[in-house]
Amino acid sequence: MKKRRLLASLLLMILLASTVALSGCSGDKENSSSSITIGIPQDIEDSLDPHDMLAAGTKEIFFNVYEGLYKADSDGNLVPAVASDVEIAEDGLTYTFTVREGVKFHNGNLVTAEDVKYSVEKFADIEGGAPSVAAFSNIESVEVTEDGKVAIKLAQPDSDFLTMLSTIEAAVIPADNADPDSNAIGTGPYKYVSRSPLENVKMERFDEYWGEAAHIEKVTFKICSNADTIAMELNGGSIDMFSRLTTAQMAELDMEKYNVLEGNMNLVQALYLNNDFEPFSDIRVRQALCYAVNRQEVLDFVSDGNGTIIGTSMIPAFGKYYDESLAELYPYDVNKAKELLAEAGYEDGFTFTITVPSNYQQHVDTAQVIAEQLKDINVTAEIQLVDWNTWLSETYTNRNYEATVIGVDAPQLTATAFLDRFVSTAGDNFVNYANADYDVAFANAMATTDEAQKVVYFKECETYLAEDAANVYIQDLPEFTALNKKYAGYEFYPMYVMDVSKIYIVETSGE
Amino acid sequence: MAKYMLKKLLMLVLTLLAVSFVVFAAFSILPGDPALQKLGTEATPEKVEALREQMGLNEPFLLRYGKWLLGMFTFDFGKSYSYSMSVTDLIGSKIFINFTMSALALVLVCVISIPIGIYTAKHVGSITDKIFTVINQLFMSVPPFLLGLLLTFIFGLTFRWFTPGGYVDYRDNFIGFVGYLICPAVALALPKCAMCIRLLKANILEEAKKDYARTAYSRGNSTTSMLYRHILQNAIMPTITFIGMVVADMIASGIIIEQVFGIPGLGRSLLAAISTRDYPVVMAIVMLIAAGIVIISTITDLIYAWMDPRVRVTDKSE
Repeated sequence: MKKRRLLASLLLMILLASTVALSGCSGDKENSSSSITIGIPQDIEDSLDPHDMLAAGTKEIFFNVYEGLYKADSDGNLVPAVASDVEIAEDGLTYTFTVREGVKFHNGNLVTAEDVKYSVEKFADIEGGAPSVAAFSNIESVEVTEDGKVAIKLAQPDSDFLTMLSTIEAAVIPADNADPDSNAIGTGPYKYVSRSPLENVKMERFDEYWGEAAHIEKVTFKICSNADTIAMELNGGSIDMFSRLTTAQMAELDMEKYNVLEGNMNLVQALYLNNDFEPFSDIRVRQALCYAVNRQEVLDFVSDGNGTIIGTSMIPAFGKYYDESLAELYPYDVNKAKELLAEAGYEDGFTFTITVPSNYQQHVDTAQVIAEQLKDINVTAEIQLVDWNTWLSETYTNRNYEATVIGVDAPQLTATAFLDRFVSTAGDNFVNYANADYDVAFANAMATTDEAQKVVYFKECETYLAEDAANVYIQDLPEFTALNKKYAGYEFYPMYVMDVSKIYIVETSGE
Repeated sequence: MAKYMLKKLLMLVLTLLAVSFVVFAAFSILPGDPALQKLGTEATPEKVEALREQMGLNEPFLLRYGKWLLGMFTFDFGKSYSYSMSVTDLIGSKIFINFTMSALALVLVCVISIPIGIYTAKHVGSITDKIFTVINQLFMSVPPFLLGLLLTFIFGLTFRWFTPGGYVDYRDNFIGFVGYLICPAVALALPKCAMCIRLLKANILEEAKKDYARTAYSRGNSTTSMLYRHILQNAIMPTITFIGMVVADMIASGIIIEQVFGIPGLGRSLLAAISTRDYPVVMAIVMLIAAGIVIISTITDLIYAWMDPRVRVTDKSE
C-alpha cells in the first residue's frame, strides 16, 4: 500500500513539474512576447548562399536575412539599402553606388566597398560566365573608386538593372565568409540561427540593423508539410501564422483567434496551351476555349469568388504596365465558341488532356471546373494529375503536353520577367508561343530607356498575347494569410516575400 | 563464443556491403537527375552540367561507389545535396527522434504484453482470456497507420490532448516532445503487443504440457510457483526473439507512423531524400537501417545464448 502511495505521489510530482515547466514556456512568450512561429508548407532544402538559392520558398523567408544594394518596399518601390545613393551615368552604362555608412553584417563587421565588389563579382560571375540570374551577364566589370564608392559597368543599358539588384540573388555578403553555402551572413533585420531538415529554420532579430529595427525577437519557421493539419495547428497554437491558406483550411480556422488577411499571389493562373499541339495551333480553337470558359464561375468555385480576373500575362500589382481592358476581351459566350470551333472544322469537338501538378489544389480545382465547362462545346478535357517533378521535367522542360493549369510568377519585380518567356526563341517559352510582331515589340521595350515608351511596348506585347489567345487566362489567385490576433502589422508585397520585421505584438489584457 | 562473434561480425560486414552495392546500383539506374531536380524551373543545360560536375555525378559508377565506400569506412557519408550540410549531422539529429519513439514503443510492448500474456495463459478459458483474445485479434488486423489515424481522431480532435501535426522540437521543449510522441508510440506498439501476447500465451501453454512440468506438478508444486520458476524461463525465449525483431522493425514501421503524425524523423527524411534524389542521405539511412537490423538480430542471438544454456552448448559442439 505504501509503495503505491509513493508511486502516486511521484507521478503527481512529475505532472506538477511538467505543468510548471510548460506554463513557464508560455509565460516567456507572453512576457516580452518576442517570438513567433510561422508555418511554411515546404522544407527548406536549398543552399543558404543567396546567390545560389533556387526555391521560391527559400528566397521568401531569407528576404529577412539578406539585402542588396537596393531593396523593394511593400508598395513595390525601390529604396536604397546597403547603398545609400546611386549615380547613373548619362549613357546608362555606369552605376556608381555609395556604400551606406554604418551598415553591419550579422557577424558584426562593417560592410565595406570591398565586400560589395566581392558580392557583385560572385553573383555576376564575371570570370566564370555563369551568373546567378541571366540578366547579370550584362555586368562587365566592378571597381572600387578612389573615394570609396563602387562602380558597376554594364555592357548594354538596362532600365531593369536596379530592380535586379534588389533581388536576393544580388545580396551583399561578406568577402571573408569561407562557407556561404551553409553559413548565412547578411545585413537584414534578422540573422539566421539554425536549420533542421524537415523541422524548422530559426532566425533572431539583428540588434545592430542599420534601418528600422524588427519588433519580434525570435522567429521560427516551422515546416508543416501536411496540408490537412495546418488549420488544426493554427487552432492548437503550435503555429501563429500561415500564408497561402486554401479555402478548405480557412473554413476550419477558429476566427476567434485569427485574423485572415487577403492579398494577391502575384501570379498568372491560366489554362496554358501547347501552341504546337494540334488543334491548339489554330488560333480559332484557342479563342473558342477562351469564350467557353466562365472565369467568374472558376473564381466562385476555387476561392469563394475571391481573386482577380486577368486577360493576359501581367498582374494588376504592376499598375502602369497592366492593361485591365484585356480581361474583358473574351466574355463568356458558348455560341460564339461553337461558331469558332465550327469554322476551324471541329463542330463535333475534340478531346485533349490537361496535365496538372497534384500538389497545387487550386490548379487541380480550376482544371476540374474548366473541364466541366468545356463539355458545353463538346470538347472533352481529360485531367491527368502528375507529381511536381514529373511536371517540371515533362511539361515545363520537355514541353511534352497538350494543356496545363499552373500559376506563372515573376522571379523579379519587373514586367520583363512576366513577358520575356513568350519571345519565340526563349528557352522557357513552354507554351511554344510564336508571333514575330510580339518579338519585335518586346525587343523594342528592351531597347528603350524611356519609361513611357516602355509602357507602350509592354502593353502592345500584352495585347498580342490576349488577341492571339496564347493561353486561356484565368486569374491572379487570392492569397489568404492567417495571423493570430496576438500579432499585427503584416504587409503583403507585390512579389514572393514574407517580411517578418514589420509584425508586432498587440497588447492584450484578456489573455 | 569468440568464434561465434567473429562469424556474426563477418556476416554483418558482408550483408552491409551487398546492401550498399544494390542500393547504389539501383539509384544509378533510376531515372531522375539530382542536379535537374535541384535547379527546378531555373535549370539551363550549362547550370545542370556545372552542378553535376560539382556533385561528382559525371564520374563512372564504380569510381563513385569506391569513393563512397572509402568514405563510409571513415564514417564520412558526404554532404547532402539538398541541405548543403554533412549527412552525419543531418541524420544525427533525426536518430534521436526515432530512438525516443522506438524506446517508448518498446517499453509499451514489454509492459503491456508480458503481464497480459502470462495472465491469460494462467487463466486460459476464463472470460478475461476470451475478451483479450478478441481484442488481440482486432489489433493484429488493424494496420498501424489506421490506428494512428484513429488515435489522432480520438485524442487529437475529440479530446484535444495533443495538436495533430503539432510536433515539438526536442531542443525547444523536451517534455512536449516526449508528450507528442506518446500517441505515435502507442500506434506503433499496439499491433506488436497483440502478437506478443498471443505468442507468449501459446508458448506457456505448450511448455505446461511437457513432461517436466507434469512431474513438477505431481510433486506438489503450486501452479504459480511452477509458472514463474520453470515454465516461464523456457516459454519466454521465442518472445525475446520476437521483441528483437520488433526493435529492428521500428524504423521501417516508423516511416508510415511518422507520415501520419507529421514527425520529421528518419523515415520522412528518407522519403524526402528519395524524391529529391539526394543519394548521400538515402545511402546513409538505408545503411543505418540495414546495420540496425543485422546488429539487433546479433544481439538477440547473444541474449538468447546467455539466457538459455542449451544454445551455447550446441553452438560449441558445432
